[in-house]
Amino acid sequence: MEIPAVKIAVCVKRVPDMDVRFRIAADSLSLDEAGLKFDINDFDAWAVEAALQLREKNAGSEVTVISLGPDVVQETIRKALSMGADRGIQLKTDKIPFDGLAIANALAEELKGGSYDLIFFGKMSPDSSNGVVGPMTAEILGLPCVTAISTLEIANGKGTAKRELEGAQEIVEFPLPAVLTVDEGLNTARYPSLKGIMAAKKKPLQTKPALLPEPQVTVRKLELPPERKAGRIIGEGASAVAELVTLLQTEAKVL
Amino acid sequence: MANIFAFAESRGPDVRKVGLEAVTAARMLADKSGGGEVHALLLGPPGISGKANQLAQYGADVVIVVEHDGLANYSPEVATATAAERIKSGGYRAAIFSTSAQGRDLAPRVAARLGVSVVTDVLSFEIEGDTVVVRHPMNIGKVIATLAISATPAVLAMRPNVISPAQNAKAGRVENAQPALDPATARVRVIETRKGSGGKLDLAEAPVVIAGGRGLKAAENFKLVEDLASAFGNAAVGATRAVTDDGWRPHSDQIGQTGRLVSPELYIAVGISGAVQHLAGMRTSKTIVAVNKDKDAPIFKVADYGIVGDVFEVIPALTEAVREAKKHH
Repeated sequence: MEIPAVKIAVCVKRVPDMDVRFRIAADSLSLDEAGLKFDINDFDAWAVEAALQLREKNAGSEVTVISLGPDVVQETIRKALSMGADRGIQLKTDKIPFDGLAIANALAEELKGGSYDLIFFGKMSPDSSNGVVGPMTAEILGLPCVTAISTLEIANGKGTAKRELEGAQEIVEFPLPAVLTVDEGLNTARYPSLKGIMAAKKKPLQTKPALLPEPQVTVRKLELPPERKAGRIIGEGASAVAELVTLLQTEAKVL
Repeated sequence: MANIFAFAESRGPDVRKVGLEAVTAARMLADKSGGGEVHALLLGPPGISGKANQLAQYGADVVIVVEHDGLANYSPEVATATAAERIKSGGYRAAIFSTSAQGRDLAPRVAARLGVSVVTDVLSFEIEGDTVVVRHPMNIGKVIATLAISATPAVLAMRPNVISPAQNAKAGRVENAQPALDPATARVRVIETRKGSGGKLDLAEAPVVIAGGRGLKAAENFKLVEDLASAFGNAAVGATRAVTDDGWRPHSDQIGQTGRLVSPELYIAVGISGAVQHLAGMRTSKTIVAVNKDKDAPIFKVADYGIVGDVFEVIPALTEAVREAKKHH
């Protein structure tokens, strides 16, 4: 089905790999980043993929990738460009604040003049784990918004998406332009091809200052949660079941 | 002394457990501030006013009921406009939502409409003068942040299951109100809410969660997990990412970093090795049981009680034993 060209923005975040034991920095306000590996947030990669799939169906469409942060986020933008996005914008700031409203304001400032038909976000990032920037940006821009979508169809200037709830699903209709945040299950993100990686180096990447207002939420302290007490193996095979049931009744008191 | 707003989440004709948790949290916050009132907002289809009394039981001094034919399904724009208008006119110190699928959608919209920030997945809160201080898990629960919110109202979305709904009956004076936006004019419309398979307990709300992994070897073997869940009677069934990626179970059942976060009283991992991505979704469970044939599986590092063995032998035996134990209760 032919649909007219769409202008799409995708907001992405550079996040650390979670498969590590985190250390708190000496200031107790930030993480010690030494040894951490960073990449594009998974949910954001699925958002980029969703945008690329729409562009492929609609000749003449364009995908812009935006990331707020220090110069290292250019790597994250290049990753999205190597997947196939057309151009990138870095909203430069030395430190990404925790405050989702401050971030949403800075993104909205950039997005508002872009006449985008669709603005994608990942539904959340695992580092700050707050998941509010997408819907807050939509609200500031006054745009319709559907969060945490796991299916998406666009036709005739209208969209239909599915959202997973606890034990249920919502089918949601919305007009364009709109803001969408992406959940797992919408697609599988493509790997950048060698050709894509080469092409990404020549794609435009603009840097502008992030216009961040004063934060209303600040980090007072970061700490590691108490360790779970070490696990214990109570036995082998079905013969250990009786012991388990006794422990669940008398020690854990959950049965 | 300050009044606190609570959003009492509903689905169709019913108040959800997270809605009662929000009212309970608001009650705690009002009492911490020296005994202000809790005003709970309840939106839903005609008949939802019958649930106002339930909110009074959990500590609402006032229940604002908005009934409308157009609210049989969640309407993000109507809920945003109605909640934001009420919070603004009510002059509340704080507004409490839930970090449920609906709350994650609604709380940031309402906060942005009010020009204030929001913290989701809140574990605990204190009022310190002009600041509300909250604890919030970061980095998939591997780091806990203490955050200071300077905005008024402080908008918080509580993590489900952190605060148990507590009876604390108040007057619950009902105020009937109109939606701040005509549902017929909303741009974003939920045209259908589909029930999940079988009306089982939800993962986030169930006191017991039984989760299955690749060790079950095939989709049909999830019957073992289902049987164990039904022996408990108060259990929900979850799965690992490997299993949902293979299509054995729907994505909505996935427990882990990119899926659902659960912290039940009892978590039983069946044939789950314990990848970091999975542990991220269940490590705050109170008691963890693991059954796996590989004694070196990482799941045993976090399991309070581990059994090394074949799930096809151990789980049916456990199901039988739990059935027996429940009989004698």
